[in-house]
Amino acid sequence: VTRSRKPSTMLTVGVAVLAASLAGCAASTTNATSSGTSAPSASAATSAAGFGGMNALVTAAKKEGQLNVITLPRDWANYGELMDGFTAKYGVKITDANPDGSSADEITAIKTLRSQSRAPDVVDVGQAFALSGTAEGLYAPYKVATWAQIPTELKDASGNWFNDYGGYVSIGCDTGKVSTCPKTIAELNNPAYKGKVALNGDPTKANAAFSAVWATALAKGGSLDNIQPGITYFSTLKKGGIYVPVQATAATIESGETPIVLDWDYLNTAKTDALKAKNRTYTVTVPTDGQYAGYYAQAISKYAPHPAAARLWEEYLYSTTGQNGFIKGYARPAELAAMQANNSVDAALASTLPVVSGTPKFPTDAQTTTAKGVVTQMWASAVG
Amino acid sequence: VAITNTRSPVRATARTGSWSWLGLAPFASFLALFFLLPTGALLFNAFRRAGGGYGLQNLRASLSGAYLTGLEHSIKVSAIDAVLAAVLGTILAQVIVSSGSSYLRRLVNSAAAVLANFGGLPLAFLFVAAIGNAGVLTAQLSRLGISLSGDLHLDLYGISGVEFVYLYFLIPLMVLVITPALEGLRPSWQEAAENLGATRRQYWRLVAAPVLAPSLFGSTALLFCSSFSAYATAEALTNGTLSLTSVQIGAVLSGNVLTGQENVGAALALDMIIVVVPLTLVYVLMERRTARWLR
Repeated sequence: VTRSRKPSTMLTVGVAVLAASLAGCAASTTNATSSGTSAPSASAATSAAGFGGMNALVTAAKKEGQLNVITLPRDWANYGELMDGFTAKYGVKITDANPDGSSADEITAIKTLRSQSRAPDVVDVGQAFALSGTAEGLYAPYKVATWAQIPTELKDASGNWFNDYGGYVSIGCDTGKVSTCPKTIAELNNPAYKGKVALNGDPTKANAAFSAVWATALAKGGSLDNIQPGITYFSTLKKGGIYVPVQATAATIESGETPIVLDWDYLNTAKTDALKAKNRTYTVTVPTDGQYAGYYAQAISKYAPHPAAARLWEEYLYSTTGQNGFIKGYARPAELAAMQANNSVDAALASTLPVVSGTPKFPTDAQTTTAKGVVTQMWASAVG
Repeated sequence: VAITNTRSPVRATARTGSWSWLGLAPFASFLALFFLLPTGALLFNAFRRAGGGYGLQNLRASLSGAYLTGLEHSIKVSAIDAVLAAVLGTILAQVIVSSGSSYLRRLVNSAAAVLANFGGLPLAFLFVAAIGNAGVLTAQLSRLGISLSGDLHLDLYGISGVEFVYLYFLIPLMVLVITPALEGLRPSWQEAAENLGATRRQYWRLVAAPVLAPSLFGSTALLFCSSFSAYATAEALTNGTLSLTSVQIGAVLSGNVLTGQENVGAALALDMIIVVVPLTLVYVLMERRTARWLR
């Protein structure tokens, strides 16, 4: 998953070299034959029926007794409570490796740790990595019991990946530092916001920032085919001294350095609680002129050392408890619309989500690839 | 003694020689595992094309467009910082060495050892909190009518800011590496020069400078490499608006946006090696010359 940069020390050339080559080693062994550590039946099961029903799946998972997840911060989308709930319910212990890692780290772990008992069983990756991992054949197809409730555009038809939760690009604003908070992207270009607007990361590296640029493009005459207007707009904001290129974190918001932050609504909303405890008000608005949604995806590793526990974890995340659990972390679960239709959603929780009108449109893989290429080449030269 | 006994030590060396390599084995395997193997894999990946086969495609990509700009910026920032930190660090070290206080020297050396290793996100936030737009110092200065960006041309979130922040760990690093050289300048040399009628200026120009030169060059090369490879601080301060090669490698290798660009990352790392290796050689050669005088 995305997460913040770790407070890593200066990366030496040696480490860069090492990291580059480790990634390379991993890639070079992709085609080697795998050696699964568990019964082929569990690894091949594409639904609970493959185990002979839900009860048999629970029994098999309990027997494994262990689940390896990776890069799940406890304060992200309420994962802490979800992991605790799973362990309490099924008695399966969860090990969360590298909580602050990135999607790329998850893919690297699948490739380099396979056939080891500490390899990840399941991953929670950005959409781009859901697609690239499928293309590389790293995932085991699986369909949860509530498969039909996941909208078609939020899942792979053959079950390699399926979106779990997501959100919209939003504008977070500290009302103590800003007298009139911007409600739309167009309103950001106002001298009153000089030195106040920031992004959560580098758009060539952080998905939240990349998506914010795309939302901006939608607001300023761009489209899913054309992200350039977003870059141009940030260039204008930078020249006017409005956009500050520091990475927005909880610390910079608290210190008042970045009172206006474009970020996923669930990350911005999560910050409101921390600031409320300090008697400060942080509002979160999904801009009407640039609605851009992004979802994370679940996938089961083809080399999962605990194949039954991995599948049970998915069933848990896509149960009413699991999906409502994501809402508690201010994220929008994939099955939200279906749950609202059949009244299984926790209405009190759902009312905490920032208001959105209409249905989101998602870019195709080709559109995303083009947009990334443009941002990689243009961001520094246009905005720097 | 040496002449009469020449044969037996040789024989002794030969006898233990057959086993002495064992002592080197841990280091050699460490070197092979964590340096030679990764470097080999890096070379391999840099030349491997994304679609299969081998070629110069990745290297060409790594030396064009935004990546070329990144390399230029990296070299520029590192060169400016290396020279600045070398000058300021040497002055600071000389002040401390000539103070003659061993207490002060130990204190500064310990502090420098800590500060030289301080970096990453915490370092970036330290400066944001101090001299950011809402920083504590910024507020104090503006009360005095001084604007950091307007009057002092210091934009924390641009190239000047990154250069400024890097000095925070580069100057202590310079103090650490140059202090032994400065301590090696024997007072007797200065006394001898003065006895022969040299002025203080002449002593520094004709005696001290030539002795220190290799050490200074070598240390500057080391500072360049340190700044060249720094990464997290610059990224946190500029969010990719300042392209630097080290940051770009991070984006292709461990980001959440780019996929399938690992080989370009390897090519970028290779570019960095090509820049750094000659400097490392300069450092090693200069160290050897320094050792002739200063021990």
